[in-house]
Amino acid sequence: MWDRIREKLQILADAAKYDVSCSSSGSTRKNTNKGLGDTGNGICHTYTEDGRCVSLLKILLTNFCIYDCAYCVTRKSNDIKRTAFTVQEVVDLTINFYRRNYIEGLFLSSGIFKDADYTMERLVRVAKKLRTEHNFNGYIHLKSIPGASDELMKEAGLYADRLSVNIEVPTEQGLKLLAPEKDRKDMIQPMNFLKNEIILRQSEKKLFKKAPLFAPAGQSSQMIIGATQETDKDIMFTANSLYKNFNLKRVYYSGYVPVSNDHRLPGLGTSVPRLRENRLYQADWLLRFYGFQVNELVHNQQPNLDMDIDPKLGWALSNLNQFPVDINRADLHLILRVPGIGMLSAKKIVEARRFQRLNWEHLKKLGVALNRARFFITCNSSYFERRDLSAKQIRHFILSGSDKKTFSAAVTQLQLF
Amino acid sequence: MTILVYDGTWPGFLSCVFEAYERKLTELQISSELRFQASLLDTPITIITEEAKARRVWSGLQKRLSGQALRQLYHCFLSEIPMIENTLFEYIRLAFAWEGVEKAFTKASVLRVSQVAKMVYREKHRMEAFVRFQLTTDGIYYATIEPDFNVLPILRSHFEKRYADQKWLIYDLRRKYGIFYDLEEVEEIQLERGSSGTEASSIFSEDEAAYQTLWKDYFEHVNIKERKNMKLHLRHVPRRYWKYLTEKAP
Ligand code: SF4
Repeated sequence: MWDRIREKLQILADAAKYDVSCSSSGSTRKNTNKGLGDTGNGICHTYTEDGRCVSLLKILLTNFCIYDCAYCVTRKSNDIKRTAFTVQEVVDLTINFYRRNYIEGLFLSSGIFKDADYTMERLVRVAKKLRTEHNFNGYIHLKSIPGASDELMKEAGLYADRLSVNIEVPTEQGLKLLAPEKDRKDMIQPMNFLKNEIILRQSEKKLFKKAPLFAPAGQSSQMIIGATQETDKDIMFTANSLYKNFNLKRVYYSGYVPVSNDHRLPGLGTSVPRLRENRLYQADWLLRFYGFQVNELVHNQQPNLDMDIDPKLGWALSNLNQFPVDINRADLHLILRVPGIGMLSAKKIVEARRFQRLNWEHLKKLGVALNRARFFITCNSSYFERRDLSAKQIRHFILSGSDKKTFSAAVTQLQLF
Repeated sequence: MTILVYDGTWPGFLSCVFEAYERKLTELQISSELRFQASLLDTPITIITEEAKARRVWSGLQKRLSGQALRQLYHCFLSEIPMIENTLFEYIRLAFAWEGVEKAFTKASVLRVSQVAKMVYREKHRMEAFVRFQLTTDGIYYATIEPDFNVLPILRSHFEKRYADQKWLIYDLRRKYGIFYDLEEVEEIQLERGSSGTEASSIFSEDEAAYQTLWKDYFEHVNIKERKNMKLHLRHVPRRYWKYLTEKAP
């Protein structure tokens, strides 16, 4: 019996790994019933050799699929071994892994067998069993299957902490090319339904404390990067509209890992665009936390992010007229726009300057990366960058300075700013 | 130099603080009896742990320090770094003398306490992630750890909340004690000599090995080879922690 399960797990973990989301944070589910598990900030229980956090048991229920999306290993025309877990097998694996402190919970996705409802119904059944029969309070992330009925989506929201539909291809033309049987509308529909349902439930929750949780960790989505000819502008505009229109908690960017010799796609052996992926995450960060508008970062004149420098520096260099910023006077939102100043340092600056006017020494102590920031700020010092440097010159100084090291380090470590 | 010798417990340490004030000692050191080494130049005084005295010191500190600073003091104590008691005492002395001392990072003891507390907190967090339970034949989920610092006392509530419906035991092999949850409450226990051996596979349930194999399979198959990045991997899971991890075991 164990050999059968082993084989299934190997196949269905393999097929699920291209979904990069592994977050187990943001839920508010607590262990109040003396049951099993608790959610909180999310713990990475281990890291794979590619350096990614392993927090959830991430598997497909089955890799049988009636669709033939070109970018996907599970596509119908791919010659691979097919298998399926039973509902009970997934439940047992989850519980037994959780009890041994291997995982924070389950992330269950699936190929589409028969039709959307048939598939969704099984995903929901796993979650329901975990919650009702095993008193499981760990984290559950379910895939919303495009085209599934509202009734099923509603049930899913009652048992899951997070739901997600992957947009996968950033543009409609791309989708037509790579997954001609799929319709963008079908993907948007469950997202929209869940958004409204989440808003409704939240207002209920305010009225009745006892109202049940409904997808407390919200929705997320993922786009594949570099499978089609999309620009960074296409990607960021789509991401932006997902955040704005459907209140998504996160959009993930997943560099395309070649899985086929299809002529419509980059060939096998093409390297994964990890640097581009990282730049997109940085731009995403700027949208969500730094008050940038999407068209400030990418627009028709500049449809792609600069690969050599991070998007904040890129923006600053094309908007030199907004600088220098006076550290001792400027509003927080302007300070946040200075390259080399992160969220934490910006907040500390605003706190600290109430007591004394800040100089270079202070700024360094507060964690500002002066090698970049110095070109864009003035502070309480008579030393400041007086030369009237062009964007090109500044770029050159920064890239040739000690920055070079941090740059190449950033490529291997994929850090944010 | 006067040396206050105590039993190595937190209330014991706080009792020393009480005595130091009571006896108006200015030049002193505090040492646990395990570490204490007598020398001709020193005058050792053995301090008996007294809950009431410890509580008085603690409530005094509660009036002067934030919850975070109090936690830092305790975490720092758990580091068991040699002579750390002297640093803690220095900090406490400052706290009783001045208002708002916890932010005065220019004071060596304040800076040191915050740094050590951070190290201990990090170790606690690692243990929350890296503890791996194995199910024994008597239905207890059992894990052994050898943390750098004495983190069991601060791990307790995390595991109690999470595993409320299973019996579990986390045993610190280095410090030779564990915390055991029997479905009602968590208590500290010590295993008899020889009984903490994890080697004997017969003490583990029938399915235990199978689930470990499944977990290893999963770990291998969720990895994307095309994205291999061992540097990043090692930064997150330093080699010295591999001994805990089922998935990294050979
Ligand atoms: S429907 Fe989903 S699982 Fe099926 S081929 Fe398309 S992307 Fe892959």
